[in-house]
Amino acid sequence: MTETLSAPGSTRTIDARGSFCPGPLMELIRAIRESQPGQILAVYSSDTGSAIDIPKWVDKAGHRLIGIIQRDGYDEIVVEKTH
Amino acid sequence: MNRILILGGGVGGTLTANLLARKLRRRVKAGGVTITVVDQSGRHTYQPGFMYIAMGGERADRLERPERTLLDPRVGLVVGTVTKIDERTRTVHLAEGERLGYDYLVLATGSRIVPESIDHFVTDAHHFYTADAAMDLRESLDAFDGGRIVIGIAGLPYKCPPAPLEVAFLIESELRHRGLRDRSRLDYCSPIGRAFTIESVSEMATPMLEKKGIELHTFFNVESIDPDRKVVASLEGEELPYDLLILVPPHKGQQFLIDSGLAPAPGGWLPTDRATLQVGGRPNVFALGDATDLPLSKAGSTAHFEAPVVTEQIAAAVEGRAVDERRGAYRGKVMCFFEIGDGKGTLLQFDYQHPPRPPKPNQLWHLGKIVFNKTYWHTVPRGRV
Repeated sequence: MTETLSAPGSTRTIDARGSFCPGPLMELIRAIRESQPGQILAVYSSDTGSAIDIPKWVDKAGHRLIGIIQRDGYDEIVVEKTH
Repeated sequence: MNRILILGGGVGGTLTANLLARKLRRRVKAGGVTITVVDQSGRHTYQPGFMYIAMGGERADRLERPERTLLDPRVGLVVGTVTKIDERTRTVHLAEGERLGYDYLVLATGSRIVPESIDHFVTDAHHFYTADAAMDLRESLDAFDGGRIVIGIAGLPYKCPPAPLEVAFLIESELRHRGLRDRSRLDYCSPIGRAFTIESVSEMATPMLEKKGIELHTFFNVESIDPDRKVVASLEGEELPYDLLILVPPHKGQQFLIDSGLAPAPGGWLPTDRATLQVGGRPNVFALGDATDLPLSKAGSTAHFEAPVVTEQIAAAVEGRAVDERRGAYRGKVMCFFEIGDGKGTLLQFDYQHPPRPPKPNQLWHLGKIVFNKTYWHTVPRGRV
């Protein structure tokens, strides 16, 4: 897992490729805890379960799912921390 | 001279040392190989027994033996606290001032609990990950005469994944037998979207929770504990009141692994090859057991099945031959018993390619776990099973 923290207001990338469920979700939760409301987070996950688990968690936690983009061999799941 | 240094005298470290001593006995006898275990306490603890202290029937003194008594006489033992690994000089530093050189390093350093990382955990939540904590929980259960019990997980990954579910089932069973079930409510909190990380086990456990009247709360990541209101709150915004709160504490790898640049912060789990168990591509450094970042159960069973792999990898290097792929590649094998209460249990057996297919719970698997616990000292650390 590698992580890129860019300038405020821009997207924070969590590269969880190679990590297995629930690893990518747990990495997103850790990043959400560390972020401010309004932060956009993009999780890269090669575990197909993440595209199901992460939106469910985002819904329960009251954040906003911006989208899921299918990349070459992984999914990019983009989330906004709303509160 | 080949110096094999093993950090940690738990299941993985002890078994690896004993297997290496047997496999390389001629070279050890001739003085060409040394095998040394470094352990912080010099006491070997059978940690799966802690849960049984909390659930009744087990004593702390039966769960500990001197590490020396479990080691092959050809293995050296140093009791000391590791503070640093200097890869450049291939030296391990101890707090006591000693420096130990190595040619091959085995990191069997386990995991550590960090309950203090959540405010009020230490004072208001119970757990069963040390003998003392398990005894405290037992006393609180003895004093419990009805009310609300919340059982949850305050961080992934953690040791012995089935344990909190087992505790929920065993407590439910105990309350029924004590005539307290009608006066009690049980909540089970899982940080992910189902009851257990492995889907097939979740499919088995979820109807059991329903049948036993234990309410399942998914996506409950513990955020705070309010000791005045006696409420545990999740990051997801859910609040659960409790009379007795039982949480698996957050776990981390060892700090000196982070400080020495072998494991990334904040978790401290060693980046480990899933087949060779080499750490970060280093040909002479291996990890096993809880210390790795492998997507597997942190359990003694995992270390038990990894030890022969590390042994073959190191033995092949020492003997200057190719690794025997049948023995020198880990395939993710894990096997553990799973208590469901009322004297019944089941078995979880799986590897990287095959998820567990737990058999229908019965008394035999429960008894199997009891027998395994009793015979552990004579079997696992000595490489007899």
